[in-house]
Amino acid sequence: MSDVTSDVTVVARDTKLVTKQLPAADIMGESPLHHADLASIAEHGPKEGGVHFHERKLMGLLTLRCLPSLEQQEMIKSLLGVALPMQPLTSVTTNESSMGNVSVRWVSPDEWLIIVEADKACGIESHFHDKLMGHFSLVNISGGTTIFDVSGDDVVEMLKKSTPVDLHASEFPVGKVVSTVFAKSGAMICRLADDKFELVVRRSFADYLWLWIQDASREYGLVVKA
Amino acid sequence: MFHIYCPHCCEYREEEEFHASGQAHISRPLDPDACTDKEWGEFMYFRANPRGIHHELWVHGAGCRKYFNITRHTQTYEILEVYKVGEKPSIVANEAK
Ligand SMILES: [Zn+2]
Repeated sequence: MSDVTSDVTVVARDTKLVTKQLPAADIMGESPLHHADLASIAEHGPKEGGVHFHERKLMGLLTLRCLPSLEQQEMIKSLLGVALPMQPLTSVTTNESSMGNVSVRWVSPDEWLIIVEADKACGIESHFHDKLMGHFSLVNISGGTTIFDVSGDDVVEMLKKSTPVDLHASEFPVGKVVSTVFAKSGAMICRLADDKFELVVRRSFADYLWLWIQDASREYGLVVKA
Repeated sequence: MFHIYCPHCCEYREEEEFHASGQAHISRPLDPDACTDKEWGEFMYFRANPRGIHHELWVHGAGCRKYFNITRHTQTYEILEVYKVGEKPSIVANEAK
């Protein structure tokens, strides 16, 4: 093993080892859709259509599990720069955090998904283990997931083919987030704007879902954004 | 297709997102070593199969992944109530048969 150079930095802490899960300078980070060469499709493919697709790749995603006390909620708020959304199916986003752009999605009564820039994930994890007292778990799941941003005039029509969730604006306002079935796989769907949704999907299903979205978007025209 | 209210997500979702996990309110014997084979076998394998009101454990597998209970009528399939684990059902079968 001695001749293998590791691209993983381990930050030693008193109680917990936090791994900096970032590619080293000489190793290119590849998203699950690397093989699809979305940049070329964006450059040479259609420029107009009812559905727009963009892979927000290589983000930092962290799963927080806890039943937070008021003290823990306060500490989490100071660490993330934004309070945990305690109401079911709600989300918060801030760009005023010291951690940059931070999004937090309610997943279940004791689970949240934190989305940050990739280079912030390790810092957040370290801060949580240094500062947050009590029972909790924070796991970096960046490597197991990717994010699709889908938008456009016909995006709701495309999503309707893929999930049984009611996407009407009266039932699914901006900011709402659900975990649900999506094209026989699963996805966490968050409405970012009237005509823009974020899909957090499993790495192993990313290619299948990319193929699915191409097919479901065919009648509206699919525009890939770099 | 059922339209099931998840008491954790606090809204109705399609049945596709859920899984039934069998009869609710089955308590594990506190001291398994002290059980007779009959007692353990009944805990392990024997389940009620009523015609009428039935309390079932369900899981919101594709959603919040939490378990909860449903009181369902096995003849009409009607879901009479939904309640969290640890709570008692308000609708129960009439004991007198
Ligand atoms: Zn639920």
